[in-house]
Amino acid sequence: MPDQAARGAAIVEYQHVSKSYATARAARGAPGAVNDLSLTVPAGKICVLVGPSGCGKTTSLKMVNRLIEPTSGRILIDGADIAGRDATELRREIGYVIQQVGLFPHQTIGANVAVVPRLLGWPAARQRERAEELLALVGLDPALYRDRYPAQLSGGERQRVGVARALAADPPLMLMDEPFGAVDPIVRERLQNEFLRLQAELAKTILFVTHDIDEAIKMGDLVAVMQVGGHLEQFAPPAEILAAPASEFVADFVGADRGLKRLSLTRVSELALHPVVTARVGDPAEGARARTLADPFPYLLLLDASDRPIGWISQGHIPATGALAASLATPMSPLLDRRTTLKDALSMMLDADVQTGIVVDRTGRLRGVLTVEAIAAALRPSADPEVIASATAAGGASAAPQSGADA
Amino acid sequence: MNLVTETAAWLTNPAQWAGQSGIPNRLLEHVLIASISLGIALLLALPAGLAIGHTGRGAAVAAGVANLGRSLPSLAVIAIAIPVTVLVDPVLGGTVLPTLVAMVVLAIPPILVNAYTGIAEVDRDLVEAGRGMGMREREILAGIELPVALPVVLGGVRSAAVQIVATATLGAIFGSGGLGRFLVDGIAQNDDGQVFGGVVLVAGLAIATEVAVGLLERLARSPGLRAPGARPATELAPPSPLRGA
Repeated sequence: MPDQAARGAAIVEYQHVSKSYATARAARGAPGAVNDLSLTVPAGKICVLVGPSGCGKTTSLKMVNRLIEPTSGRILIDGADIAGRDATELRREIGYVIQQVGLFPHQTIGANVAVVPRLLGWPAARQRERAEELLALVGLDPALYRDRYPAQLSGGERQRVGVARALAADPPLMLMDEPFGAVDPIVRERLQNEFLRLQAELAKTILFVTHDIDEAIKMGDLVAVMQVGGHLEQFAPPAEILAAPASEFVADFVGADRGLKRLSLTRVSELALHPVVTARVGDPAEGARARTLADPFPYLLLLDASDRPIGWISQGHIPATGALAASLATPMSPLLDRRTTLKDALSMMLDADVQTGIVVDRTGRLRGVLTVEAIAAALRPSADPEVIASATAAGGASAAPQSGADA
Repeated sequence: MNLVTETAAWLTNPAQWAGQSGIPNRLLEHVLIASISLGIALLLALPAGLAIGHTGRGAAVAAGVANLGRSLPSLAVIAIAIPVTVLVDPVLGGTVLPTLVAMVVLAIPPILVNAYTGIAEVDRDLVEAGRGMGMREREILAGIELPVALPVVLGGVRSAAVQIVATATLGAIFGSGGLGRFLVDGIAQNDDGQVFGGVVLVAGLAIATEVAVGLLERLARSPGLRAPGARPATELAPPSPLRGA
């Protein structure tokens, strides 16, 4: 059996791949056709195939493990045409997760996870060891779950076992067909997050099919939007799909709220932060007052001795003399982490009824402030990362955000 | 003497428990002929049923064969078989073989139908998952479809076995052995005790067969398949140690 450490991630290449069905077959509900699909999935990335039903996304997926054979064109894995491979051996090297999970009801969870190692003829002890390792990896205590049967698990637990099973032989490529489609939204969200965390460690190449554009945007490093008839409409990173849809179909498919969707793709760290006038507790009030009056933004941000924000003092409330006391400050703005998404940041600001969020680092020290203006600038249709940065700087400086203290 | 005491007297008579025409020997003959015909029927119907269920091809033909087999009266099959089997073996062809043929014909429909419907009804997602993971067709059939469909498949075997045990009785009319001899001979000799003693034995054997195959069915069924559709009351759903981001 192959050395596990040697197996990284695979590169998958579709070269002018088409699949057509005879009219009679299509009328009986054949899977979607695919029309001249060419795309390359780089190693270690999640590529999401998304589109309405009948767009050929599942067909495209199943052609990679040859459950469906293309009518024309080639599919290469790491440069080698899969048509030349024994289909069964090929499949044992590709992880496969389907929506209904398809756990074998007559086998224990441990045996289910070890299906592919068993097919590959691993020794029994190693199969067991691997199953336990994977159950732990997907967050199921092996001691509790190994000897249970699928009927004894919840939908979310079964889905996790499905992912563990697909990972069993450490495949460099995984195919996931609506893997989180059969569970309720809350469980789905959790499974998605867990999977992204797992993928950050494993860095497999993953082809992921969904009809849900939100899931595609969340999960994909690259998103392939497909149209009924099997046409690839756009293949790009999610931010680009949202910012610059290639066609009317893509724009419609991502929805009228695509601007808002982009908010969840961008994190606070990606925006230029607005500087702000600050002073520490105990600093002389006079100098701080002068600096605040000179700044277009009429508030002073008071920090503690370790540069952690305490709250705002409006310029009119800064004493003319003496030292600044913590009691003068009003803590109104939400504290944001650099990892916070713009969507969450905006939501927190709206909840607090303020226009400014304070961005702090891991130790709670001030990094800068984020304004609603800056978020709005990031949303502008033409915005690319550089534009976002400069627009933020300009917008932030010219505006006078209503922040906290006297609200 | 009433029927009950007559039957009891016949069954407890030590003379019935020895010799070539004693109960043990007749029972053995009965079980033997039933087992042989069940074995032949299994050999013919089970692989065909599994193949039809797995591939989905030939289901219409199988249904036709099954219906034909079911609509033929056993007695008629035995009678029709005699001229043919006599040609095969002049001695056995007139006695045991026609009964054997009739029992096989009778046993094929339930085995065939249950095998192919059982396999065909296995959730296609399981098959798809297995194939997608690199199981060969034979591995899918033996490793997924058959174990999952086993209760249904064995259900067919059970009803075939019970019908065979009951039908083997008829063979005595045409000169084969088995427990049917007591019925045929008892009627001829106007011996009610023997007739009903034979009835009791046949019924007992049929029930024992039913229980035995049922037991086998329960032993062979995976614990994961018990109480289909129902989820056990003791359900564990501990929160995942991997918290959502």
